Amino acid sequence: MLIPCPVCGLRDVGEFTYWGDAGVKRPSHREKEAGPWVPYVYERKNLRGKHEEIWQHEHGCRQFLIATRNTETHEVLDAKLAGPFGGDE
Amino acid sequence: MAEYSALRVLTQGITGNRGWRPAWRKAEPKPRYDAIIVGGGGHGLATAFYLAKNHKLTNIAVVERGWIGQGNVGRNQTIVRSNYLLPENHRFYEWSLKLWEGLSQELNYNVMFSQRGVLNLAHSPEQLDRFAERGNALRLAGIDAELVSREGVSRLCPGLDISPGARFPVIGGLLQKRGGTARHDAVAWGYARAADRLGVDIIENTPVTGFIKEAGKVVGVETPHGQIKAAKVGVSVAGMTSDVMRLAGVDNLPIESHLLQAFVTEPVKPLIHTVVAYGCGNMYVTQSDKGGLVFGGGLDLYNSYAQRGNLPAVHEMTEQLLALFPNVSRLKLLRSWGGIMDMSMDGSPIIDKGPLPGLYLDCGWCYGGFKATPAAGWCFAHTIANDEPHPLNAAYRLDRFKDGRTIDEAGVGPTPRLH
Ligand SMILES: Cc1cc2nc3c(=O)[nH]c(=O)nc-3n(C[C@H](O)[C@H](O)[C@H](O)COP(=O)(O)OP(=O)(O)OC[C@H]3O[C@@H](n4cnc5c(N)ncnc54)[C@H](O)[C@@H]3O)c2cc1C
Ligand SMILES: [Zn+2]
Repeated sequence: MLIPCPVCGLRDVGEFTYWGDAGVKRPSHREKEAGPWVPYVYERKNLRGKHEEIWQHEHGCRQFLIATRNTETHEVLDAKLAGPFGGDE
Repeated sequence: MAEYSALRVLTQGITGNRGWRPAWRKAEPKPRYDAIIVGGGGHGLATAFYLAKNHKLTNIAVVERGWIGQGNVGRNQTIVRSNYLLPENHRFYEWSLKLWEGLSQELNYNVMFSQRGVLNLAHSPEQLDRFAERGNALRLAGIDAELVSREGVSRLCPGLDISPGARFPVIGGLLQKRGGTARHDAVAWGYARAADRLGVDIIENTPVTGFIKEAGKVVGVETPHGQIKAAKVGVSVAGMTSDVMRLAGVDNLPIESHLLQAFVTEPVKPLIHTVVAYGCGNMYVTQSDKGGLVFGGGLDLYNSYAQRGNLPAVHEMTEQLLALFPNVSRLKLLRSWGGIMDMSMDGSPIIDKGPLPGLYLDCGWCYGGFKATPAAGWCFAHTIANDEPHPLNAAYRLDRFKDGRTIDEAGVGPTPRLH
């Protein structure tokens, strides 16, 4: 599996660390009730097919990426930088 | 005379083998059942068997998308043990191990359960301390566990590199002598046949494509061959759990599907006599009766439904094998394969009523669900028949994540790929 890092180009999956589903929404860090944290911490859609997920190019530029990947074929359809530089490449 | 016995083999052998009948019927779906189990893996079949045997419910169907044994039950590394640290887990898995010990007799089918021992290796004093802690917890619960010295490891496993020059020198281990392996296909076929003989319909090549609901209650399933109604529907589909439950409108389960590969080498003479688990990585190896070294253990580490893996995991697993057994470096790999694991958020399973009325759920087996097969079937059947859990699965609730009662054996938190 190859992942197109916006900074480094097409690189082997072994250089990346997987962080999981990018679709889960983190509650405000001021949220004190446990309830709103449950979906963020524990619940996943676990989609077949197109899946947006967070990867880090750990053995490369160390940037966090949001990749769109097909979980049935492992085809990586897209990868962009996460955070403030997303969409900037 | 039992249907399968040495005498039967003999008498059939001299009379042209004309008296055998198929191990299970090709059942056509009836319009209505007392209970349907979705998924004809080890768990689904065991559940149907115990529903019939323990709870006298015989109007039961198992609905399987493909053929019996094509899922994880036929893809796993067949390791059976009960040496878990946490009481919720070791009580459950010990009951499973006890059922394993009588399973061939119970099913009248040789599942080739071989109690060759499971040896976990320690590579640091801290790790050995943790093993002592786990061993003590097990012995307090009446479960066998032995702390083994470095020399003891060498006696159990003469081919293993215990030299101080090894990549991560071995200093000891934890042994569960009653653990071992079983023939995975035989477990599926044995439960299928035993359930069939008690009247259970096993319906193959029939994917469940939807659930029938009446007033919010699940009352049956949709299939390409039409509707099948049932008072109760149990879902036991391992790596496909989120997929199938989405059909019922549930898409927030604490599950991620991940890919686990396993490998087998060309056969060699007896070299590895127990199950050996590497302690500086995640790799288990056993030697099959044919002589092949069967090994694997690490996930591919990203969500997947592909049922086939990538090369980095192959490299990593073979490196770990060679760190223990440098002497097998010239063996050729014959085959590799993969299965989709239902990785739960705390590494422990779910056997529960719900999450919708009429529905029952068995999932979250991570990569330990083969050894669980008898007890999972036993407990899931109990839960379905009585509408409440058996004491052994009372802690395996789906809503334990909401109130913080997670059962995190590895202590790594809500990171499914690390369990
Ligand atoms: C490589 C590998 C090694 C493993 N090693 C071990 C080990 O050493 N020890 C251990 O204890 N465990 C091990 N496991 C885990 C173990 O195999 C599983 O946890 C266990 O088999 C899961 O339960 P099952 O047998 O019911 O699953 P499965 O056999 O996967 O059964 C689920 C069934 O559901 C069916 N299904 C899916 N969707 C539908 C649908 N829509 N309609 C109808 N049917 C459907 C599937 O076709 C499948 O047959 C390993 C797994 C793998 C892949
Ligand atoms: Zn990069």
